[in-house]
Amino acid sequence: MTIKTYDLIAKDFTNAGSISSDIKKIAKSYDLPQDMIRRIAIACYEAEINMIIHSVGGNIHLTIDDDWVSIDFRDKGPGIDDLELAMTPGWTTASTDAQSMGFGAGMGLPNIKKNVDTFELLSSPKGTLLRIGFKRKGEHV
Amino acid sequence: MKLQTMLGLLQAKPVNVDDPYIVFREYFYVSCTDLMSDALAMICTNPAQTVLLTGLANGQALRTAEMMDINVIILCRNKVLGEENIDLAQSMEMNVYTTALPMFDAVGILYQEGLKTATRDDHQNV
Repeated sequence: MTIKTYDLIAKDFTNAGSISSDIKKIAKSYDLPQDMIRRIAIACYEAEINMIIHSVGGNIHLTIDDDWVSIDFRDKGPGIDDLELAMTPGWTTASTDAQSMGFGAGMGLPNIKKNVDTFELLSSPKGTLLRIGFKRKGEHV
Repeated sequence: MKLQTMLGLLQAKPVNVDDPYIVFREYFYVSCTDLMSDALAMICTNPAQTVLLTGLANGQALRTAEMMDINVIILCRNKVLGEENIDLAQSMEMNVYTTALPMFDAVGILYQEGLKTATRDDHQNV
């Protein structure tokens, strides 16, 4: 079993993706299918970038047990105004800075949802929690 | 198509080569975009046979390729990586090349030669 927590600094584009890269390395150390490792890496990377672009900072918590790989992305605000709009492909509030880094296409949350087995998104002005899960046994649902 | 042939068609030069023998490997698919979320949305089923073609020469292009298990990037418009990102590319064992061609021309050449778009649905293009 693995439990690891990472602190995430807002607007830190230089290190963006380093946490997802570490999570991918940990996932590789388990006997997981290659496709699942790729789905974990892609979903984590999108979520990490989202937190860097939109939040004031927070943390990422990884848990791997016999049945599930679970990752919580928890930030300290400012929250997502309209969750339904945020899930719409192509809709974005990303800054031009984020877009110059190659992000802000409005595909982040839809792309995360496409790659995971479980997806929970809760948000208020005090913070957002994105909880994603990957079932270790059985098919991608 | 052998990577060597592809690089010749694009007159591409090396920026960071991790595996010198990679030019003899076959590639059939191209993920082509400057928007990394678009690249991530087009996750491909054959990353070992896929090249990322982009005009985005920064760490996020490298990270995106890393997450997708792609290990060849071709940069358009004579873009190169800064020193910091060369170090990152080396740590990722990434092979990066650059072509002077604009993306439209590079894509046109590769399309004409039979390379396909990298898509999730096993590369069935519509």
